[in-house]
Amino acid sequence: MRMQFLGRAILFALAAAAGFGFLATPVARAGEEFKLLNVSYDPTRELYKEFNEAFAKYYQEKTGNTVTVTQSHAGSTAQANAVIQGNEADVLTLALAYDIDEVVSKTKANGNQLLPENWQTRLPKNSAPYTSTIVFLVRVGNPKNIKDWNDLTRSDVKTITPDPKTSGGARWNYLAAWAYALANNGNDDAKAREFVKQIYANVPVLDSGARGATNTFVQKGQGDVLLAWENEAYLSINDVAKGKVEIVVPSLSILAEPTVAWVDKNVERHGTAEVAKEYLNYLYSKEGQRIAGKNYYRPSDPEVGKEFTDTLPELKLVTIDGDFGGWAKAYARHFADGAEFDKIITELHKK
Amino acid sequence: MSKPKKSQLPGFGLTLGLSLSYMSLLIFIPLIALILYAAKLPAADFWEIIVDERVKSAFKISFLSTFYAAAVNFFLGLIIAWVLARYQFFGKRIIDALIDLPFAIPTAVAGISLSTIFSSQGIMGKILGVFGIDISFSRAGIVVALIFIGLPFVVRTVQPVIEELDAELEEAAASLGANFYQIFVKVIFPSLLPSLLTGFALAFARGLGEYGAIIFISSNMPYQTEIVPLLIVKKLAQFNYAGASAIGVTMLVCAFVLLLLINFLQVYAKRRSKN
Repeated sequence: MRMQFLGRAILFALAAAAGFGFLATPVARAGEEFKLLNVSYDPTRELYKEFNEAFAKYYQEKTGNTVTVTQSHAGSTAQANAVIQGNEADVLTLALAYDIDEVVSKTKANGNQLLPENWQTRLPKNSAPYTSTIVFLVRVGNPKNIKDWNDLTRSDVKTITPDPKTSGGARWNYLAAWAYALANNGNDDAKAREFVKQIYANVPVLDSGARGATNTFVQKGQGDVLLAWENEAYLSINDVAKGKVEIVVPSLSILAEPTVAWVDKNVERHGTAEVAKEYLNYLYSKEGQRIAGKNYYRPSDPEVGKEFTDTLPELKLVTIDGDFGGWAKAYARHFADGAEFDKIITELHKK
Repeated sequence: MSKPKKSQLPGFGLTLGLSLSYMSLLIFIPLIALILYAAKLPAADFWEIIVDERVKSAFKISFLSTFYAAAVNFFLGLIIAWVLARYQFFGKRIIDALIDLPFAIPTAVAGISLSTIFSSQGIMGKILGVFGIDISFSRAGIVVALIFIGLPFVVRTVQPVIEELDAELEEAAASLGANFYQIFVKVIFPSLLPSLLTGFALAFARGLGEYGAIIFISSNMPYQTEIVPLLIVKKLAQFNYAGASAIGVTMLVCAFVLLLLINFLQVYAKRRSKN
């Protein structure tokens, strides 16, 4: 609290020095210039670069106003933290709903609640305009013959996956493995735990984020299989590691729903409420959906989805809400301090 | 040290005032905020966070690796500073400039390069692999990254002292019949020791807080290669600000005590070399 107060005091001092320039509320009129700050997570860089251009064009044609969107990318949780600490995001496009929930509850506790609890109901499809899933990336030719999750428990297979304590993507990896084990062991929770533990026994490195893990697998040549976001996997085979790696789609995976929201308090202050809402709604348009599909995110619009079945094939997907009782519950059970993941790692590595 | 007389130079009040406000804004206030934040925790909770097995092992890993790296730099830095200060050779200016690079390179870049070179697929990693030595993704990797980060501190604190060394002292010792070994141990080393200790302390302090370079070369495995700054980041990632500040404050206190000890040692060494 004290630090926040100090931060604000400095901000106000700066604002005063700048002649209160940024406190003036812009009034919307034709020819207005808007600036949006989109605080997002790591792998969406390419997606939003393309989408922002398309949106600016669409918005100019529709309203005559120009809009410049600035992107910010880092680990999803780190981004949520930055917004809690006062990063003036207009819109959040994070890896999982839990991170936006944390922004709500932490800023509420500070007495400056940035957006309402029911934020996820304000946009269609639980505020998830596109979805993704977890697939495997293996060395070209698949020398270790890795086909499905159970191959990852083999002692000769080293798996690269980031640390679920710091990486949003890594939590999906962990839960997908858990869900596969449940489905193949008659929902036996103890067996699922043993299965996941066996996978982590062969994890040589815990990177802090998804891009770091990709780097460890592709550039440093560590491990036999990388658990990756579907869109990250495609980026690797099309770009950085062309001809060196290939994708293996497991029999079952998890439906990841990256969620989006406008930040009420911030857009009110910036006078960007209308354009921020328009921006997020445009993600659901045919064009927005196609840009998502082109960047290997699964469009939520089934019609557009059909255009991408070559690259984004249908597969059996479990959900956080259906199979793990929602994020809050899954987080407390598996990823909180001293919870399941910590226990597994302690059993494996404590001397 | 006697109390300095009132300086002839004007501006004492102004410069001291500026220094104090600058130090307060940038150093004291953030530190006090950190301590106040941690102080919100009940003592029992604070204690429980600190004595957690995993936290303790991270402290051990952090302090030991940093100590090893600073110790290596103590000797390597002395040799490099000696070569740069005493000899003339082709390319000396370039090497001299290279020493400062670890200051300038973003530490994450340093970490990624080091871990790529030392990984089993990299140039160094392949050579060392023949002898069964793994650097990347091990504790040795952490030490290598910290040696890289800390080297300029020792070189840059010792080099000017060697340059200023009075050649007459060495000549006098030689004319009194001392051999090179004796001159080094009895004449040169004692006068270099205070600055060596300063360099050691700087490298040590800098290394303790290092995050960017290490997380790329370490496997970040709890109980094996997990450093304290990473543990703090993990607490922050879980929105556990109190836990993060508790570990931060403990780190701060330990580092402060160690630096204070090194400072005393340095004063002692200085006094000895003067006599």
